[in-house]
Formats: sequence, structure tokens, C-alpha cells
Amino acid sequence: MNLDFSPVWEGWRALASGTLITIEITASALVLGCLLGLLIGLGRLNPKRTVIYGLCTTYLTLIRGTPLLVQLFILFFGLPHFGIQLPAYMCGIFGLGIYSAAYVSEIVRGSIQSVEKGQMEAARSLGLPHKLAMRKVILPQAFVRMIPALGNEFIALIKNSALVSLLTIADVMHEGEKIISVSYRSLEVYLAIAFIYLMLTSITTLILRRTEKVLRADGRV
Amino acid sequence: MGAAIIDIQNLSKSFGNHQVLHDITFSVQASQVIVVIGPSGSGKSTFLRCMNGLETAEGGTLRACGHTVVEQGRMMSEKNLDALRSEVGMVFQSFNLFPHLNVLHNITLAPMALRGKSRQEAEEHGLRLLDKVGLKHKAQVFPGTLSGGQKQRVAIARALAMEPKVMLFDEPTSALDPELVGEVLQVMKTLANEGMTMVIVTHEMGFAREVADVVVVMDQGAIVEAAPPAQLFTAPQEARTRRFLQNVLSRDAAPVL
Repeated sequence: MNLDFSPVWEGWRALASGTLITIEITASALVLGCLLGLLIGLGRLNPKRTVIYGLCTTYLTLIRGTPLLVQLFILFFGLPHFGIQLPAYMCGIFGLGIYSAAYVSEIVRGSIQSVEKGQMEAARSLGLPHKLAMRKVILPQAFVRMIPALGNEFIALIKNSALVSLLTIADVMHEGEKIISVSYRSLEVYLAIAFIYLMLTSITTLILRRTEKVLRADGRV
Repeated sequence: MGAAIIDIQNLSKSFGNHQVLHDITFSVQASQVIVVIGPSGSGKSTFLRCMNGLETAEGGTLRACGHTVVEQGRMMSEKNLDALRSEVGMVFQSFNLFPHLNVLHNITLAPMALRGKSRQEAEEHGLRLLDKVGLKHKAQVFPGTLSGGQKQRVAIARALAMEPKVMLFDEPTSALDPELVGEVLQVMKTLANEGMTMVIVTHEMGFAREVADVVVVMDQGAIVEAAPPAQLFTAPQEARTRRFLQNVLSRDAAPVL
């Protein structure tokens, strides 16, 4: 086998700028996904509030039940029919964020419900209103429990972001393909891209592991 | 007799088809120490938890600290419940300290959020309360590092930080190793001596005998008998009380084999 990585070295600027775009889009989608996911997760805590619960459940069903690629294409090719023209970059962020939010919402709901009932009772017994008890007592504990599952979700998000290259966004995947189209060195370039994604996911894992360790010190659950 | 701190008329409650409280009428006067005993499943905890609105009742009337919690089976609004609960301290069997906050912040959280106290004010008060329960040196540690007895003493200090008019204790020593029970009961005894109004669900008969003004015996969701301990433990009027006391006290007196 004859491997020639020279097109990768020669194209490093393009790959680096693509990596930056990947990081930008993923980080923005991650923030959007977490905020939206938090709201939807909170909305699904109480089935008795039928309207909110129904809306959030519908969101979850639709987004989790259809392919990300199809959702991205609907945003990119479909919205212009309604007179909404989003730049590809924004389509990528919204598409990934909306998709990720569905998964994050279930992580949020599961973590909140895993906090012992006695915590809410103790907070309410002190006179804290429900929302304040949620914010000061339940969510800080739920957050720590979310970290391992959120880590999985962040990593999935980073990898899924390769799909936005199909929306003409110049992410690392897209830059790689451009290099392949002129050098025909597909294996080498894909290996390089795989390595870059591996770096991104490994760093994410490391940061989350550190965070969890700090937060869990002294038996703080 | 002055106005009761807690006044309960014909209180009833069911979980589905199972009625857990039957037509309970009872009142607690200022500075009284009420100890509630009875077999497990008799509705003691549910009765106690009705007093700060943690459980909803469907029948009767319950007034606590000037708030009408239940009126003719109708619960007061959530918002008013918050005001009531800030005046009623609650101590749980499983402590329920907030594990993500250190001991002092467990205590200062509610006074700062609800009483508008500054951090400094709240912490000074918190440290005085910790001193009172003998745990001033643990102010900065997290609950996960404490023993059960220490946790429960912090939980008592946390409830006291809201300067409640009455303290409710739901089996405060039942989750403790036997050698740690004494330190918690000692703190409760001190509170009782200072004139705190207390309602205590417990299996500690010795404590009931020593500290209670009135001992209430519950069985199958109803009050069987309520009397001062001297009378209740020596001359119980009801057969069910005698049977319960026999069961509990014979266990305590059983020879070690």
C-alpha cells in the first residue's frame, strides 16, 4: 500500500479553517441544544400541564423520529419556499441545535427525576416556591448527573456536524472533500479528517471528565 | 386557653380507595411538645405532613400559625402554602440536606432567599445555630462527609434558621445508627426546654416519656388516645394502646440472647 499524505500537509490551512468552522457550528449548536433541551425537558416534567407537555412531546417525537440529514435539507431547501432564506451557516447551527435539543431534553428530564423526592420536599418545607427550589436545589444536583449523558450527546453532535458539509458549509469535512477532488487521495484525507474529529471528541471528553470530578468532590452528588 | 398554633378539625385523607386519615380532631398549643406514636402504617407521618401542606387533605379543616391550610376539605393556594411553610420547620427521617451546598449554605439558603437577609446576617445566624447543635466546626464541609447524627443536627439547624413557630419531626432518629440517636435527641430536648412548639413522630418511647406534654397514639388513620405520658404509659385507657405499648416495650425489655 502506498500512502501519500502530502495533499493533507499542503492543504493544512484549509483543514484548519474547516476545523474552526466545525468547532464554531458545533459549539453554537451545543448552546442552542442545551437551552432548548432544558426548556423542553422541564416542559415534560409534569404531564398534568397538558398543553406544554403535549407541545414538548410532539417536538421530541418529530425531531427524534426523523433523520438529521432530512431535517437539515428541510431547513436548507424547504424554508425558502416560505420566503425564509437562512444562510447555510445558520441552517447548520439551527439544524444541529434543534436535533440535539430533543436528546438533551430527555437527559434533563431523566436527571431531574433522578434527584430524590426528599430534596424538593425539604426545599418546599423551608418555604421556597417551586421554581426557586428547582433552580437552587434540584437543577444544580441534576446538572452533575447529566454530565456523562451530555458528554455522549456532545460527542454525537460533533460527529453529526459532518453532515452540514452537504449544505455547502466549509467545515472540516467539506474542506477535506475539496482536497480529495483535486488530489484523489481519499483514504489519506479521510484518515486525517477522522483524526481531527477524534481530537475534538477526546478533548470534549477530557473537559467533561474534569468538570464532573470537581463537581462531585466531597460527596456532592 | 390561648389560640392554638395548630388546630385540626375532622381531618380526612385518602390515597385512592385507601383512607389513611379518619376524622382527626386535635390541637397544639404554644410551647407544647406533642409526640405521636403508633404502629407503622397508622398514618402518623401523613398526619404530620398535612400540617405543613406536604400532603393534601380532602376533608376537614386545618389551621396552622394563623394560616388556614385546609378549609372544609379545600387546600389553600400554593403561594400561601409557601408562606405557611416558611413558619413551620420540618425535619425528615432521611435528613434531606442539600448535598451540593456546604453545611453553612444549607442553612443560609432559605433565609437569604425568603427573608431578605444579607449573606453576612444569614451566616452569623447560621453559625450561632450550628454552635447550638454542636457543629460550628463543620460549617464549611459538605453534607456527604458527615455522620447521620451530624446530618440530622444540621437539618434541625437549617429548619431553625427560618425562625419557625413550630417544628415538625418525622421519625428524626429512625435512619440513625443506635449510637447516634442520643446526640439528636439531646438537641431536640434542648429545643423543647427552650419552649419551642414541637410535633414529633417517633418510636423513641424513652424520649416520649421524658419530653412530651402529650403523647398521641394513632392506629389505622385515627387517634386512639391522647394523654400526658405519665398517664398514657402507666394507665392506658384503650386496648389498642395497651397492645401497641406491649409490643414496643417488650421489644425494648427483651433479654439479649
